[in-house]
Amino acid sequence: MVNFGYGLTPSSAVKIIEGEDKLYRKLCEMEPDVKKCMACGSCAASCTAGDFTEMNLRKLILSLQRGYYQQALPMVKNCMLCGKCNIVCPRGINTRHLIMSIQKIYNL
Amino acid sequence: MTKNVVVIGGGASGIEASRRLRDLGYSPVLVEKEDHLGGHLASWNRLFPQMIPAKDILKSLTSDMKGIEVFLNTEVISINRLKDSYVVKFSNGLSAQVKAILITTGFTLFPAQKKQEYGYGIYDRVITNADLEAWFNGNKDKRVTDPQVIGFVHCVGSRDEKAGNRQCSKVCCATAVKQAIEIKEKFPDAVVYCFYMDLRMFGRGYEDMYLKAQKDYGIRFLRGRVSEVSEDINGRLVVKADDTLLGKPVKISMDLLVLMSGMIAPESNMELSKMLKVLPGEDGFFSPANAISNPTLSNRDGVFFAGAATGPKTMPETLSEGRAAALEIDSYLKRVGD
Ligand SMILES: Cc1cc2nc3c(=O)[nH]c(=O)nc-3n(C[C@H](O)[C@H](O)[C@H](O)COP(=O)(O)OP(=O)(O)OC[C@H]3O[C@@H](n4cnc5c(N)ncnc54)[C@H](O)[C@@H]3O)c2cc1C
Ligand code: SF4
Repeated sequence: MVNFGYGLTPSSAVKIIEGEDKLYRKLCEMEPDVKKCMACGSCAASCTAGDFTEMNLRKLILSLQRGYYQQALPMVKNCMLCGKCNIVCPRGINTRHLIMSIQKIYNL
Repeated sequence: MTKNVVVIGGGASGIEASRRLRDLGYSPVLVEKEDHLGGHLASWNRLFPQMIPAKDILKSLTSDMKGIEVFLNTEVISINRLKDSYVVKFSNGLSAQVKAILITTGFTLFPAQKKQEYGYGIYDRVITNADLEAWFNGNKDKRVTDPQVIGFVHCVGSRDEKAGNRQCSKVCCATAVKQAIEIKEKFPDAVVYCFYMDLRMFGRGYEDMYLKAQKDYGIRFLRGRVSEVSEDINGRLVVKADDTLLGKPVKISMDLLVLMSGMIAPESNMELSKMLKVLPGEDGFFSPANAISNPTLSNRDGVFFAGAATGPKTMPETLSEGRAAALEIDSYLKRVGD
C-alpha cells in the first residue's frame, strides 16, 4: 500500500441503534422510574463518591438509555449506596434501588 | 343589586376584568384579602422582557376605578346557590346576590424555606426573587452587600415532586435572566451564574433577552440543578451542582444566591372551591372546563376564571384573560337575563 502520510481514524460518534438494547428495556421493566430522569444532575452534585471518582448517576442513566454502557458501567463500582442522591432527586426516583437493579441486570 | 358581579382577588386580572365589566354597564364588587390592590404586580420592579416599570402598569390599571365597589381586607365567607343566582357573604358583614362570580385569586410564591438544603432563612446571603424585586424597588437588604459572585437558582419548588409541585412555573426562567441582567448593571464587576435545567424562553423577545444576557452582560449559564448550599468559615456560600454539560460536579463560592421561587396555588383555593363546587386540579389551581377553547369557563354556570388562578401566566396573558372573562360574563348574563 502506498503511504500517503495520513490514515483513517475510527469514528468516535456514538452509534445509536434504536430497539437494540434489550438490557435497558429490561431495566425499564424492573425500574420504570428510570424513564422519569430529566438529567438535572442533582444526584451527581450530591454524590459522595462523585468528587473523587467517575461516578455520575445522571451520566450513567443517559449512557444506558443510549446503549452506550460498556464505557459507563465501570463507574458503578465506586458507588457506596449511601443514598444521598435518593434524597435530592426532584422526580422522586428511588436511585439507590435503581443502582442495585443496574448491578443485577448488567451483571456487575 | 342584580347587575352586580362578584370578582374575587384584586390582582391584575381582577382589576382589569372589573374595569371592563364596569365599561359594559355592570357594577362589579371586587374583593381583595390584602390591604391594597394589585396582587403580585404591586411587588415587582420592572417587567420582562421590555423592562416596563411595574408601578406604571399598576397606576394605569387603578387610575379609573369609578363604578367598582372595592372591598379591601375582605374575604368570602360563604356562597349559596339561590335558583339561578349566588348569595355571597363577605367578612366585612356585607353580602351580594349575583348571577356571575369571577375567580381571580392568582398564585402564591413557593415558600423557599421549605427547600431547606438551599438555606433560605438559615444563611445570611440567600434571598428570593421577590426579595430581589423589593431591593430593586429601594428596600434596604443587608444580604445584598457588594457581592462578587452571584448565583440564580432556577426551579425552586417547581418541577419538584418532593416539594409537592410537579409543574413548571413558566415565568421564573425569564425572571432569572431579567434579574441577572439587572444585578449585573448594579454590580458590573460581579460574576453572575444561572443554574438552570431547561431555559424556558418561550415569549416574543425572551430569547433576545437571553442573548443579551450572554453577549452584553457575560452572564454564565450552567446547566445543572443546585443540590445543596452550605456556608464556609468566612460566611461565603458554597453552592454544589453537577455541570451536566461538562459532566463534572462543581462547587462555587458565592456572596449572594437568589432562589427563583415558583408559583403555587393559594391555600384558600380549597375553601373557595368547596363553596363554589368547582374542582381544583391536582396542582391546586382551578381547572377550566375546556382549557383550550375557553380558559375562562368553569364547569359551573355563572362561575368564571381569569389570570394565574388557573395556573402560571405572564402579565399580558393575565390581563388578556381578565378582558376575555368580562366579555364571557357579559354574554352569559345576556343569555340568562340579568
Ligand atoms: C418573581 C416573579 C416575577 C414576575 N415578573 C413578571 C414580568 O416581569 N413580566 C410578566 O409578564 N409577568 C411577570 N410575572 C407574572 C405575574 O406576576 C403574574 O402574571 C400576575 O401577577 C398574575 O396576576 P393575577 O391577578 O392573576 O394574580 P395575583 O397577582 O396573584 O393576584 C391575586 C390577588 O388575589 C388575592 N386573593 C387571593 N386569594 C383570595 C381570596 N380567597 N379572597 C380575596 N382575595 C384573594 C391576592 O391577595 C392577590 O391580590 C412574575 C411572576 C413572578 C413570580
Ligand atoms: S420557568 Fe424555568 S425556572 Fe421556572 S419552573 Fe419552569 S424551568 Fe424552572
